[in-house]
Parts: sequence; C-alpha cells; structure tokens
Amino acid sequence: MNWKIRRLGQGLFTIWAVMTLAFVLTRMMPGNPVDAFVAQIGPELDNPQEAYELAEIYMNINPEAPMHIAYIDYMTAMLQGDMGYSMSQNATVTSIMADAIPWTLFVMSWAIFIGFVVGISLGALMAYWEGSKFDVAFTGYATVLTSIPFYVLALLLLMTFAYRLNWFPTGGRRPTGVEAGFNLPFMLGIIHHAALPVFSMFVASGAASLTMRGNSVRVLGEDYLRVARLRGLPDSTIAVRYVARNAILPMYTGLMIAIGTMFGGAIVLEEIFSYRGMGYYMIQAVRARDYPLMMGAFTVITIAVVIALLIADLTYGKIDPRAGGEDREAF
Amino acid sequence: MKHSEDDTHNSDDTHSGDSVEAFVPARESDTGTTSTDADDEATVVRSDGGTVDRDSPFETTASVAETRNDRIDRFLEEYIRTPWSILRNDWRALVAFAILGIYFIIGTVGVYLVEPTHPAQGPQLVGAFENWDHPLGTTTNGRDILSMTVHSTPTILIMMASGAAFTVAVGTFFGVVAGYKGGMVDTVLSSITDVFINIPGLPLVIVLATLLEAWINNPVTLGVLLAVAAWAGLARAIRSQVLTIRNESFVEAARAMDMPTRWILIKEILPHLMPYIVVNMVNAARHIIFSAVALYYLGVLPFSDANWGVMLENAYQSGALYRTDALHWLLVPMIAISGIAMGLILLAQSLDRVFNPRIRARHQDIGGDEGLEPDSESETKDMMNV
Repeated sequence: MNWKIRRLGQGLFTIWAVMTLAFVLTRMMPGNPVDAFVAQIGPELDNPQEAYELAEIYMNINPEAPMHIAYIDYMTAMLQGDMGYSMSQNATVTSIMADAIPWTLFVMSWAIFIGFVVGISLGALMAYWEGSKFDVAFTGYATVLTSIPFYVLALLLLMTFAYRLNWFPTGGRRPTGVEAGFNLPFMLGIIHHAALPVFSMFVASGAASLTMRGNSVRVLGEDYLRVARLRGLPDSTIAVRYVARNAILPMYTGLMIAIGTMFGGAIVLEEIFSYRGMGYYMIQAVRARDYPLMMGAFTVITIAVVIALLIADLTYGKIDPRAGGEDREAF
Repeated sequence: MKHSEDDTHNSDDTHSGDSVEAFVPARESDTGTTSTDADDEATVVRSDGGTVDRDSPFETTASVAETRNDRIDRFLEEYIRTPWSILRNDWRALVAFAILGIYFIIGTVGVYLVEPTHPAQGPQLVGAFENWDHPLGTTTNGRDILSMTVHSTPTILIMMASGAAFTVAVGTFFGVVAGYKGGMVDTVLSSITDVFINIPGLPLVIVLATLLEAWINNPVTLGVLLAVAAWAGLARAIRSQVLTIRNESFVEAARAMDMPTRWILIKEILPHLMPYIVVNMVNAARHIIFSAVALYYLGVLPFSDANWGVMLENAYQSGALYRTDALHWLLVPMIAISGIAMGLILLAQSLDRVFNPRIRARHQDIGGDEGLEPDSESETKDMMNV
C-alpha cells in the first residue's frame, strides 16, 4: 500500500516537473517565446501595453509579473485545465486537446495491444520449437521487421494500400458524410481509418517476439522446469504457468519503455496519416511556432504516458509478487 | 673473472632446470585433460593433485608467477581471441561487420570519391539504375540521389556514435550508482531516472529541438539531444542488474576489505555488466538513428545539408507516395536507414552470443571441460518433447 502511494506520488511529481519545465522553457529560453510574442504583436496594437495582456491570455504567462508570481499564476491556470489559447488553430488548447486525446488513445492502445500479443505469441512459439525451420524463418522475419523503423513501414503501407490500391483512406480519422455516433457505418469507418496506423506499429511485434524468444529459451533451461516435468504436470500448465509467466516478466520494463516511445511515436504516425490526434497538433504547433499549443500537447502526452505507466506498474504487482516492497540495506 | 661468470651461468642453468622439472608435469596434465580426453599418464598425475614431487601440500605455492606477458595473453584471450573465434563462426556477426563496414567506408572514403551534388546537376527525376551518371537517380531538382545519400552518412554516423556514447555513459552511471549505493542516493537518482522514463522521449526532444534551435546545429550536440530521451531506460535496467550483483560474495569481500566504493563499482561490478552495456550501446545507436531520421522527416531538427531524413521528407512533399517516377527518391533513404539498422541488430545479436557463458566456454582454450554445460538446444528439446 505504501509503495502504491509512493508510486502515485512519483507520477504526480513527474507531471509537476513537466509543467515546470514547460514554464521554464517558454519563459527563460534565449529568445523566449513570450518576449517574441510581445515583440511581434505589440507594434500592431493601438496600445502596445495590451500585448502583455494578450500574452497572458495566450500563454498563461504575464511577462511583466515577477518570475515567482508568473509561475504560480501559470501553475494555477494549468491545474484548472486552462492551457492557454492556440494562435494557429484559433481555439483554446484545452478544447483542441480534449477533442484529440480519444483518437490518439484509440490508435495507440490498439497498436500496443496487437504488437505485444502478436510478439509474445510468436516469441513463445519460436522458443518452443527452437532450432526448427519455423524458428529460423521467424527469427529472420522478426529481425528484418525490427530493422525497419515504423514510419518507413507506415509510408510504404500508405503508398501501397492507400494511394495505389485505394483499399484504405489516405488520411483523416473519421469517415466523411456519415453521421457521428454509435452507428455501424461510423464505427466501421473509424476502424477503416485507424487500420493502417495501427498496422504500422506492427514492427513493434518483431522486437517483442525476439525478446520473448530469448527470455523463453533462457527459462526453458531452468531446473524448476525439469522438476515440474518430473512431477508430471501437464504440458499446458508448464507452458503457461512456468514458461510464459517467467518469460514475460523481464519484458515488463520493455513494455514500459514501449508505452513511452509509442506515445512519442504517435507524433510521427499521426503526421504521416494526417490523423488528428495529440501528436498531429503538436507538429502543427511546432511548424507554426504556436508555443501554447505545443506545450499543451507536450504536457497532455506526458500525462497520458504517466497514467499508462502507472496502470502498468500497479497491475504488475498482481502478476509478479516480487515487485514492490524494496527494503534494502544502504552502503 | 671468466671462471666466476661461468659459475653463475651454471648455477642459473641448474636453477632454471629445477623449476622446469618442478612444474612441467603438472602443466602437461592440465593441457592434457583439456585438449585430449584420453591421456592415461596425465590423468594419473592429475589425480595426485599435480604436486607429486612436493613433500607437503602446504609448502606449495603457485608454480608460475604471472608475468606481464601472461596478463597480456589473458587479456587477449578474453577480449580478442575468444570473441573472434565465436564471431568467426557466426554468420550474423560477419554480415553485421560487413554492413557496418560498408557504411563506415561510405562515410569516410566514399565522401571523397563521390562529389557533392547541387540542384540542376542532372535531368529531373531520373529513375534508379537508368543512367550511370546518376546510378540511384535524381530528385525533382535534378540533384543526384547517390551523392546525397553518401554525403549524409558521416553526419548520421557521428550523431549515432555520440548519442549512443552519451546514452550508455549516463545510463550506466545512474544505474550502477543507484543500484549499488541504495538508500538516499538510490532514492534521488532513481527519482530522476523515473521522471525521464515517464516523460515521453520524442515529444521532449521535439520541444527541446524547437526551443534550442540556435544551439544544436552540429551532429554531436544533436546526438546528445536525442540521447536525453534514451538513457533512462538503460539506467533502470542496469540498476535492476546491479541489485542482484551487489550481494554476491566477491562484492561483499571487496566491501569487507574496505575498498573504496569507486573501486568496487569500476573493478568489481562494471565488468559483470559489460556484456549488457555493449549490447545496449548497439541498440541505443539504432534508436538514435531512428529518432534522428524521424525528426528530420518531421522538419523539427535544423539541418544545413541533405541527409536521409530530409531526403525522405522532400520525397514525401513531392508526392513520391503516388508518383511512380519519384518512388526511388523515397526508397533510397528508407533502404539506407533499414540497412544500417539491420547491421546494428545483427551485431547486437552476435554480441549477445559472444557474452553468453555457455558458448564462451566452448570456445575458450583455458578452463576445464567440467565448465561446459550440455548444449542448451538438445536439452530444451528433450524437456519439452518427451
């Protein structure tokens, strides 16, 4: 229980750190965005002083206020869900993000899920038939798959299946001309639009299967498996309880890092498929030097990752009783 | 004068003769058991502990003092000859070295052989392998794609090397110190690591790259910037490894001898992690390349000259996705990236084999037969199919 509270505190600490980082970067960088904004918009106004007020509306940072007060104002606004106003999209950052989050989560959770399920099953099978033709063929296949960056696969898929064969849409996230809501054409349309982005992340299954194969092979050499066999336990029990479980555990760290990088990868993916999620808006913001939207998207992506990792961490204790509870002597 | 010199010579000779007699049998038995199995004489001597001509076992000291040459020899055995003999038999290593070697040659020599390209150097959008003036074709600007690919290699290689080095250096430091020290140090270092693990890497790099645009226009700083997002995972993995090593007897012995912490970390713990670190360095290099190209493709990183990511973006912007005549422009950088990644993956896999103790023992001259475990493959097969 104590460990869970600590872990929760750690998540909150990370979110605080990222918000502070966002503040520090926008405020104190050389040629900082706030000053740049004031310098750019000031001369166009009748009363140049208004530029400061506008800066506060857009970025939640009043350049005139002393640093600590500006920081407190900024944090208060952020905690109230006010992430400023986007210059390029002409809407509040909060509303843009609220619209984008579900789409990114939808695509990314499926990508992670499919990648890992396929990777783990393939890896387990490869290890089970170690040295067979199946193993050699699929190890080679997984190696090739791993050496292709997901965005290269995404571009190839887009080129082949969307532009050449017209099987899938070339961009967007929802079907046009269909009424939104819980009706079948709309649902199918969403899946249709998400198929290629999700499938691009398939490359992750290559890496996962290689790791899983390695772990399983290592577990297969352990003594407790021999003991289990001598005890006459059925094959299925050994495969699931002894091999799979112990082979998956070391992949946990890998999964954690995969979640982090995949949400980051969402930026590239959404850009390629013009899928309007958090990453897509972040790149639009970077291109337009729209700092409020950029920092907002960064903060939201971080919060999403923190929550995902928190869930992974807390459920991990259920899979592996050894996790948590670290009372170690300090030297 | 001459006489005495002879005397010393004599005495020297007899002395060395003695010592040779003293340890030769024992040594023969050692080599005998390791290289050839059935050597009756040697096994007889060996059963006596190899000290047949000594009266008391307590007076026995090491028969050979380890000289500098022995140490060099041991070093060569451990780090050069054994890895080499494993790698020589592993096609993956050979392919990996071939691939990476080609990239390295392209990045060093190739740059001088292929002259830099400029707009309107050739006709627009020549396809690949159509015109030997432009073997890989040209862009819509008439720039030579082969030349662009070759000239972006050094930048990418430098970025990869500096990024991987930074990732490994910082990751190892945080992981080893946090794992070993425990207590407050661990809490602080682990918290920093966890914050960096929780922050999604690519978005962080994008934000930093956008805001630090003026500062990051050489490949080394770019590599380090990309590594900012990558070291934390390694640090955590290494920390968990150190947690198992820190209670081993040799570490406790060193601690009991009151060795300085720095000494324990560098001399006792780090060598045990080297395999892990080396393999991770190779993987880190691959990640750095992937994210570098991704960021160039997104147009986030500032660039002064063409490189694979920029080529990818330019091709994409020119509609290479739906124009068949521009397809080669898109494929060339894709193949360049996947090729080097393939080399790195194969290298990581073969290095994994080098550091695998079972395979190592099979290839090592020193060390007895009893260190050899049965082949894992047949063993596992037995176990799962019976």
